[in-house]
Amino acid sequence: MEKFEKLSGIAAPMPLVNIDTDMIIPKQFLKTIKRSGLGVNLFDEMRYNDDGSEKPDFVLNKPAYRDAQVLVAGDNFGCGSSREHAPWALADFGIKVVISTSFADIFFNNCFKNGMLPIVMPQEVVDVLMSDAEKGANARMEIDLENQTVTTSDGEVFSFEVDSFRKHCLMEGLDDIGLTLEKSAAIDTFEAQAAQARPWV
Amino acid sequence: MSSQAKTLYDKIWDAHVVQQADDGTCLLYIDRHLVHEVTSPQAFEGLRMTGRKVHAPERTIAVPDHNVPTTLDRASGVIDNEDSRIQLDALDTNAREFGVHYYPVNDVRQGIVHIVGPEQGWTLPGMTVVCGDSHTATHGAFGSLAHGIGTSEVEHVLATQTLIQKKSKNMKVEITGQLRPGVTAKDITLSVIGRTGTAGGTGYVIEYCGEAIRSLSMEGRMTVCNMAIEGGARAGLIAPDDTTFAYVNGRPHAPKGAQWEAAMDWWKTLYSDDDAHWDKVITIKGEDIAPVVTWGTSPEDVLAITDVVPAPESFSGGKVEAAKRALEYMGLTAGQKLSDIAIDTVFIGSCTNGRIEDLRAAAAILKGKKIKDGMRAMVVPGSGLVRAQAEEEGLADIFIEAGFEWRLAGCSMCLAMNPDQLAPGERCAATSNRNFEGRQGKGGRTHLMSPAMAAAAAVTGKLTDVRDMM
Repeated sequence: MEKFEKLSGIAAPMPLVNIDTDMIIPKQFLKTIKRSGLGVNLFDEMRYNDDGSEKPDFVLNKPAYRDAQVLVAGDNFGCGSSREHAPWALADFGIKVVISTSFADIFFNNCFKNGMLPIVMPQEVVDVLMSDAEKGANARMEIDLENQTVTTSDGEVFSFEVDSFRKHCLMEGLDDIGLTLEKSAAIDTFEAQAAQARPWV
Repeated sequence: MSSQAKTLYDKIWDAHVVQQADDGTCLLYIDRHLVHEVTSPQAFEGLRMTGRKVHAPERTIAVPDHNVPTTLDRASGVIDNEDSRIQLDALDTNAREFGVHYYPVNDVRQGIVHIVGPEQGWTLPGMTVVCGDSHTATHGAFGSLAHGIGTSEVEHVLATQTLIQKKSKNMKVEITGQLRPGVTAKDITLSVIGRTGTAGGTGYVIEYCGEAIRSLSMEGRMTVCNMAIEGGARAGLIAPDDTTFAYVNGRPHAPKGAQWEAAMDWWKTLYSDDDAHWDKVITIKGEDIAPVVTWGTSPEDVLAITDVVPAPESFSGGKVEAAKRALEYMGLTAGQKLSDIAIDTVFIGSCTNGRIEDLRAAAAILKGKKIKDGMRAMVVPGSGLVRAQAEEEGLADIFIEAGFEWRLAGCSMCLAMNPDQLAPGERCAATSNRNFEGRQGKGGRTHLMSPAMAAAAAVTGKLTDVRDMM
């Protein structure tokens, strides 16, 4: 997995609440057996007309935000389906950080498995960051994972919380499965004990 | 509060911790891993690329459901959509190559993964159950800790039979007393989400309890837990009791003989202690719950069928804009009576309401009646066995005589990955779980409700208070 340390990039504002994973990547694009190539269909139904042309009003179609790497979003981002295609599509588009007041649980977990950082901030901070994002391409937001800070284009600094284990994995680009397989002996022991305690399982 | 007192969630969690780190991160053992064709191909491919095996194929159960056609001609084996066929073929290849339990498309036991698991006795009280599907919460009805995971975690479970997890908080949702006539498990679960919002459960595992929950059948309990995820919770749980044990007993993969007795000894300890600690408690009186429908594009947009479409200004914060957008998408006007909303499509099925009891409830309303002229109505049983039982009970005849299409098992129009879709502007009374924009087809409009309410709507052609037809 790619390491995540620092990022300085354009932030796109999406103040809508309850942006669900069906919006992020509609089901017709889940028929792939690959992880890559989903960026072009990110937010497909909000982003394109029926004839495939772009809807000019959609934020990521605006010239200022076409290279956005950060999304500042409304509450409960990523709710709905467990599809990891949602973070895959965001990452493939180039978005590595999403900031919101809350995230749906499965989406939140899925981000960390793909080198992405979801950041939870209180409403008043999200409001400031949303305003900053609305300034467009001249306003670059800086995210520093090591120091756990978001810096606006005006130099205002906000701290955020992140789980220490997840931070470590992101910063080192660690593969969860490799880490867990190092604990095979503990898993074997657990299985032996469970087979005694709950043989019907 | 005694320090020893535990919730049901605490008890199941504690029984499955392989290892705990100082920061509270746990390696949690997974008893059952359910797999379907949409969220697993990349995970199996990951194993192949790294030369890893499935750690416990005997605990892994694969069944195709999301993409499968539900029309009767699917027996001929022709699936027109090439991408769907590739995904179904990939599951077939992966299931056979890695040696996991597998119910292929043409097996009578095939169906929606969350209906097949309980039906076959794979889901048992006190287990940890995961699947690359958010509606895994369904299995919580058995008092098993069950939740959805992403594809990377599917690969992690395949390779290690564990998940890296941090414990959630405990929420109790109590439904007291009894339900009124015409009110069902679906009305309970929608009403709870209407009360808490779709993010109200974020960070929690919910245990549903109270007399109204205890009075539900296993089918009803599965409906309630199924939508815990729509309320944002990681999982929903209901403590196992005699209703649970009676359902499980005799299922193909349920324990037998002495093992059954041993299992029962443990299962009977699976309840929340009286003085257990709850981080959040919500209590709703069963008699206050009405038959409900959704009016918007979020499962929290719930109102009694006797109500009117709300004004966006009646909300606060970001919900004002969201409600405006929802009304525009849904083609509705504030103040409009919900029971005046005309529909053109009815979908009865899904992991929320595709079980035998759901079909019985819908058939009870439809018996001797016809659906409104021009209505497209379909019943998609949750599994081949549900379909067979409904045929045996004469329910299929009632649906067919009423004018419904009687389909084969699959997820179908709940998420419209197969050809069962809404066209733009079509409006559907659906027994499924999500009314998101485009969920049932681009531009399609979804109203969620119980099977009985959907059946009533099929007859009248508009959203209808089922109590008027009882």
